[in-house]
Amino acid sequence: MAVVFLVVLAGVVYSVVRFRSRGQTTAEPRQIFGSPKLEVLWTVLPVLIVTGLFIVTVRAMVLIDAPQDAVHPPDLVVIAHQWWWEARYPNGVVVPWDIHIRTSRRLLVRVESADVIHDFWVPQLARKMDAVPGRQSFIWLQADTPGIYTGTCSEFCGAQHSWMRFRVIAQPQASFETWLDNEARTTIDDVPAPPERFFREKGCATCHTVVARQPSSGKGPSLAHLASRETLGGGISRNTPDNLMLWLTDPQLAKPGNRMPNTPLTVEERRALLMYLESLR
Amino acid sequence: MIGWLCAIDHKRVGILYMLSAFLFFLAGGMEAMVMRAQLAAPNLKLITPEIYNQMFTMHGTTMIFLVAMPVLTGFGVYLVPLMIGANEMALPRLGALSFWLQFFGGVLLYFSFTTGAAPAGGWFSYAPLSEKAFSPGPGVDYWALALLMVAGGSIGSAINLIVTIANCRAPGMTLRLVPLFVWMTLVTSVMIVFALPALAASLVLLLSDRLLNARFFDPSQGGAPLLWQHYFWIFGHPEVYIVVLPAFGIISEIIPVFSRKPIFGYPFVATSTVAIAFLSYGVWAHHMFAVALGRNFLAVFAAASMLIAVPTGMKIFSWIATMWGGAIRFSTAMLFAVAFLLEFTVGGLSGVAFAAVPVDWQMTDTYFVVAHIHYVLVGGTVFALLAGVHYWFPKFSGRLLDEKLGRWTFWLIVLGFNTTFFVQHFLGLLGMTRRVYTYPDLPWFGALNLISTIGAAILVFGILLFWANVAMSLFFGTRAGDDPWNAWTLEWSAASPPLPRNFAEIPEVRSRRPLWDRKHPEAPDWMRA
Repeated sequence: MAVVFLVVLAGVVYSVVRFRSRGQTTAEPRQIFGSPKLEVLWTVLPVLIVTGLFIVTVRAMVLIDAPQDAVHPPDLVVIAHQWWWEARYPNGVVVPWDIHIRTSRRLLVRVESADVIHDFWVPQLARKMDAVPGRQSFIWLQADTPGIYTGTCSEFCGAQHSWMRFRVIAQPQASFETWLDNEARTTIDDVPAPPERFFREKGCATCHTVVARQPSSGKGPSLAHLASRETLGGGISRNTPDNLMLWLTDPQLAKPGNRMPNTPLTVEERRALLMYLESLR
Repeated sequence: MIGWLCAIDHKRVGILYMLSAFLFFLAGGMEAMVMRAQLAAPNLKLITPEIYNQMFTMHGTTMIFLVAMPVLTGFGVYLVPLMIGANEMALPRLGALSFWLQFFGGVLLYFSFTTGAAPAGGWFSYAPLSEKAFSPGPGVDYWALALLMVAGGSIGSAINLIVTIANCRAPGMTLRLVPLFVWMTLVTSVMIVFALPALAASLVLLLSDRLLNARFFDPSQGGAPLLWQHYFWIFGHPEVYIVVLPAFGIISEIIPVFSRKPIFGYPFVATSTVAIAFLSYGVWAHHMFAVALGRNFLAVFAAASMLIAVPTGMKIFSWIATMWGGAIRFSTAMLFAVAFLLEFTVGGLSGVAFAAVPVDWQMTDTYFVVAHIHYVLVGGTVFALLAGVHYWFPKFSGRLLDEKLGRWTFWLIVLGFNTTFFVQHFLGLLGMTRRVYTYPDLPWFGALNLISTIGAAILVFGILLFWANVAMSLFFGTRAGDDPWNAWTLEWSAASPPLPRNFAEIPEVRSRRPLWDRKHPEAPDWMRA
């Protein structure tokens, strides 16, 4: 590309400098109407260049692309929602926001959407893939070194397309399995009790779950381990008690356009709920 | 005033197109500046996400449908009869109807602001986001109805141009002898006639979904959301060439005159335009590479998308070869034409990069695409238009634009444009997605966005200076005379501005440069070959 640009640049610069009209000569330069030889040359050369490019392209496509008619069950199912993500593991664990994977293994990921078209993109780990409602699309996802990789939605999906970010946490096999087992074991009995009833009564549980194993309602993200997350609302604010409180007082201020309604709560109730949510580690 | 409202003369209708485009350019430009202000630093909250989404939806729709297409149609309607030695368009009343359809379509689109819910689904309005369930306000309805009117107007003016070019040429002017601007306008008009109906049809389907509860694009009821994308891009990719080919035509007129040489390889330039037109109908799915459509399907579209670079590249080389060995005069028009060659090449090459599917799988829907389209549409179309205005303004008005102001305009616009958009390549490579109303404070994001916003401010100064030049020169400019550039095509043999009846006597044409023949009776073009 750069070479082609330099050729054009050189041609333009040379012509303008060398063939700039100087003085007030009225004589016209020699009238040249074309040269079929040259014209064929600059038709054939680019054809050769793009043919080469095409071969490289197809080769790379074969290497990168996952089979779309996958016979094996996927290692991970990712579902996009307006405007949050959830990942489902084969053993039933469902997580929002932080997707844990094991390192050094090529994972088959199935990408789906629950509403409009989104796009699952973790630049360092995989190609991007549109999440189209009613379709199942597959990609390979692989991280060779442990670490935290950022991802985001890459197809315009409405008011909060900007804050539909997530993280992929790659861990070595052993620590990944410890994490997954731990998630799978947690049940509703393990989470702090009294406010949990309250959480249910006030309607929070209609949309949100607090247990990683419980399938989500699809209406709102799971709040499991909420307190240990770094940010809230797909990256829109840092996870501080004040910012979390904003979601209880005015969700539309916390993330304009999101689907969460205002909840009629007294100040004491809000404080109790906040304490409860902050205990979900 | 009444005279202008009832105008059917091609020159008046052409000017109306340009004035209307100018009006909507103000709106589209302001929308762009609101966006650049909001993006100047990370996590700004100058406007709400909903307003931001309205801004980029309206900016894209406005610049494509209400600025680029009308202004190019205006150039065509004004210049084609003059260039082919005709006194009028073939269908003058259809011409006026087409203009007013287009204009009131734009007014209808902007009327949506008064409902408080301007469209916010993007200029591409992907289903199902554009369906009632996800866009409940009336914005998308206004958008679709307005574009139906605009599409009707565009098709009307395209038919008018085709009929005119086919039937009204001066005696002796075969299709092999028409100026290249006329050639490209002809090809563009044919493309409009085939591409815009796809848009109109899909708009009707979308409106049926929204207003009559049909289920064309609603997956929950068995509809196909991807069908919208196929329809939209079958229109949408030819559309890119519809707003670029006339620009190629403008460049093909200006470079020869200011290099004092005929265009290098006329048959190749004309034929490659037809090749672009054909190929442009076979590349639409490169807008959908990120959808899992199947490897073989994508490979076909990748091949076509790469191939379309060939006829485009041929033109670039022809223009350079035209300058080669010439005696180049640097008027402002020529400066813009030369800058066009470089800026457009940058946009063309980044386009070829996207045709390589794996590159697209990373870079699509990032700021790299934003940079690419602006290098094509601003570095290409707008630079060519600025060249064209500086070149033909004397014909439109009878007066020359001020050359000193013109030079200032040129350098400000080149500086502002590149500062705004070049850094966006890097933002895309760093992973900044497009259509976001704000972004986290990641390394370099803030700095590069600030540079881009500063560039946009410089660009605004350049454009304001250009308009100031136009306004002042209209009244105080030097008288131009009929042929200020010593040019070769027929429009320069008419008066400046042309009389209501363009030519007292219809000239007879024997070569591609009728005025060269008249000025050089000792060596006319038709004596060669």
